Amino acid sequence: MSIPNDKLVIAGREFNSRLMVGTGKYADFHQMVKAIEVSGAEIITVAVRRVNVSDRSKESLLDHIDLKKYTLLPNTAGCYTADDAIRTCRLAREAGLSDFVKLEVLGDEKTLFPDNEELLKAAKVLVKEGFTVLPYCSDDVILCRKLEDMGCAAVMPLGAPIGSGLGIRNPYNIRIILENIKVPVIVDAGVGSASDAAIAMELGCAGVLMNTAIAGAQDPIAMAEAMKLAVIAGRLSYKAGRIPRKLYANASSPLDGIIG
Amino acid sequence: MQIVVNGDVLDVVDSCTIAVILEKFEIGIERVAVEVNQDIVPKVQYNTHQLSPGDKVEIVQFVGGG
Repeated sequence: MSIPNDKLVIAGREFNSRLMVGTGKYADFHQMVKAIEVSGAEIITVAVRRVNVSDRSKESLLDHIDLKKYTLLPNTAGCYTADDAIRTCRLAREAGLSDFVKLEVLGDEKTLFPDNEELLKAAKVLVKEGFTVLPYCSDDVILCRKLEDMGCAAVMPLGAPIGSGLGIRNPYNIRIILENIKVPVIVDAGVGSASDAAIAMELGCAGVLMNTAIAGAQDPIAMAEAMKLAVIAGRLSYKAGRIPRKLYANASSPLDGIIG
Repeated sequence: MQIVVNGDVLDVVDSCTIAVILEKFEIGIERVAVEVNQDIVPKVQYNTHQLSPGDKVEIVQFVGGG
């Protein structure tokens, strides 16, 4: 289910779904596969981690992902320096099938907010090396402008801290970003409910990326469907053009012909 | 000689290559990436890149994440 003639375009590649989902925090691979399928997402994030050399019995994530159906977006989760993030991206490109990367360079463990200085350093190098960089960043238009100017394929401002479920904490910042940035603006992090996702899309965002909101829900499969519908509804609502907000009432029924 | 693989010290033969390490741990070369001393080693060099004592090897794969 998608809106005709409304594809999401990132670095020249077209996608039908504006919902992107993560592959972490699920109860098991079976639940993960089902949730992703129900969500309709085409872009899914993955992390880059050491192979467990001592325990080879565990199944591998990619055993469960149909790589013909999904575009992998490797992340640099857990990186606190530009150097680590750059290394991780290079490894991801070597292991994987695309040069799309979700660039995260974190500032501290409690908030998982980005270290914007290190983020800019890493983005500069990665863009030069030909990566398609989608940076997770603060909801700051100055920062987004710098990321766009240096060649990032999108900007991904957070709605709220990763996994917090607080929703779009500062919709005004997101609006300012949307007015000033031409590359796709994708809200990444903090979404908790379907209405949060709809709000992001109604503001005019190109897409929404989420993981915990689905995987951590009491019924992840049902929530995946809710999120799919919310992103579509929010996008349709945005394109339909909402009514203005007014202080006073404006009757919907005619005044003529009222019985006396 | 001793090398470090994914953070753990390992005893290997002197002429050890990356291919040997991967075979030892039954790791398929598809969908992994290997770094030696923070430099990526391309898959085509797994059979030829000889490891040296003290080399730090990282073997990574994709796992679930947000």
